[in-house]
Amino acid sequence: MYTYKGISKERCEYIRRIKRQKTLINVARIAVFAGIAALWEILAALNVIDSFIMSSPSRIAATISGMVSNGLMHHIGVTCLETFIGFLLGTLLGTAIATLLWWNDFASGVMEPILVILNSLPKIALGPVIIIWAGAGMQAIIVVAIAISLIVTVLDMLSGFINTDAEKVRMVRSFGAGKRIIFTKVVFPSNLGTLFTLLKVNIGLSLVGVIAGEFLVSKAGLGYLIVYGGQVFQMDLVMSSVIILAVVAALMYQAVALLEKYANRLLKFSTK
Amino acid sequence: MSSLLRLEGVSKIYQSRNGEIQAIEDVSFSVGEGEYVSIVGPSGCGKSTLLSIIAGLYEPTSGAVYINGTEVSGMSRDIGYMLQNDNLLEWRTIRKNVLLGLEIRRLLTPETIEYADDLLKKYGLYDFKDRYPSQLSGGMRQRAALIRTLAVKPNILLLDEAFSALDYQTRLALTDDVYGILKQEKKTTIMVTHDIPECISMSDRIIVLTKRPAKVKNIHNIEYPEGSRRPLARRNHPDFGRQFNEIWRELDVHV
Ligand SMILES: Nc1ncnc2c1ncn2[C@@H]1O[C@H](COP(=O)(O)OP(=O)(O)OP(=O)(O)O)[C@@H](O)[C@H]1O
Ligand SMILES: [Mg+2]
Repeated sequence: MYTYKGISKERCEYIRRIKRQKTLINVARIAVFAGIAALWEILAALNVIDSFIMSSPSRIAATISGMVSNGLMHHIGVTCLETFIGFLLGTLLGTAIATLLWWNDFASGVMEPILVILNSLPKIALGPVIIIWAGAGMQAIIVVAIAISLIVTVLDMLSGFINTDAEKVRMVRSFGAGKRIIFTKVVFPSNLGTLFTLLKVNIGLSLVGVIAGEFLVSKAGLGYLIVYGGQVFQMDLVMSSVIILAVVAALMYQAVALLEKYANRLLKFSTK
Repeated sequence: MSSLLRLEGVSKIYQSRNGEIQAIEDVSFSVGEGEYVSIVGPSGCGKSTLLSIIAGLYEPTSGAVYINGTEVSGMSRDIGYMLQNDNLLEWRTIRKNVLLGLEIRRLLTPETIEYADDLLKKYGLYDFKDRYPSQLSGGMRQRAALIRTLAVKPNILLLDEAFSALDYQTRLALTDDVYGILKQEKKTTIMVTHDIPECISMSDRIIVLTKRPAKVKNIHNIEYPEGSRRPLARRNHPDFGRQFNEIWRELDVHV
């Protein structure tokens, strides 16, 4: 029994079932989200929770619309820029260092314990030092963001490089490949997935670094708004900033996910 | 038959933190042009080590390998080495995988590319040239790996258990295929295997090694009459069982 496109009835049925499932999940997601917002609003209205401390969806909406005319976009822009630069430099620098360490066994042997110690050190603790070193301003915030993502990137990329399928390396070596060709033809492409996983992780890490940095020094940005709101007891401002922050983080994550798709296509295309 | 490859007193001792391991002890043999030689031996005896030394990936501790009378040092361009896995790169199309060796050796020219394309056509992969390895069956992938090795026109082909990752049916069909390909391309081949029937069905000569450290225990000449030389035909020949038993006994397998 076949339909007009040569697709069997069972296949149609199957596709329809999958689509229905997907719609159902999306509807449920929106419902859960709306439910939480509604519950929050109702509890605030009934004074079960203190809307002065916890704010409420309606107050947040009012605050955000008020902030738009009050430089909200500037604050978002500043935070995004710092995060973007921080996580891009952290990832690029980290990958570059990992590459050098992969190249040189002696150097990686020497660096290993140092990296492990640095990795477990809470980088924020270096905040005051970084501010003095880089100057109180955007530079310091970016350095904190880099510091927080750099070491993880070095360690994860290096372990990815080292664990590249040894047989594939032997295969290119059997054609006479030296280190440079082994790296460009096998080791790096094999670890593209690791790189993008790290990019995704690093967005979150850099945001933490940026917000912490803004707590310490800034005059603009979402972290600044949060600290400012806290100091003047404007919890609506704090909650609004946090929610905007969540949206920003989600959008950045999606951007990297898109970039990953594109990069994979590019890799396949460039080796066609 | 003139000898193309010659091993003279090759020994290999691995040094490691836990001590030394002698993998190979005083192995000498030679292989003539166009010959198909198999190496069998107990597992862990040093077969892969021997192939890697022939390929120039490892240096022998003593002794030497000669190709056409010149001593091998470093990766030799005369040699194509095919490892156990197909090692196709997943992000490259079949055609790009097949061209990898040429690319690394900087030999990509219209002529060499055409030669690679011809091999793809001849061995039934041309229609799949723009597919990715994950879209091919195990047998096809192994054939692609073989073409990748052949594309650089090696004089000597080294196969290290190149078929052992395949299921039995595919393996029988592919060994027949490969035998045809290699005889047609007139390649000199050295194959390492665990599989006694496989080596009898493909080889002109079989070198049996002792357990580690590997020494040459015996060398068998395998001759089949014209018309039953293909691997599948050999398996049905009355001599096959006798040869199997001889080699089996020499390998001295205790369970
Ligand atoms: N790089 C190395 N360093 C130290 N010892 C090694 C190294 N490679 C192999 N060996 C040792 O040398 C011996 C021979 O190894 P080899 O891989 O050549 O054997 P094989 O006959 O190919 O084994 P298998 O049948 O499992 O394929 C083994 O005992 C192995 O542990
Ligand atoms: Mg082996």
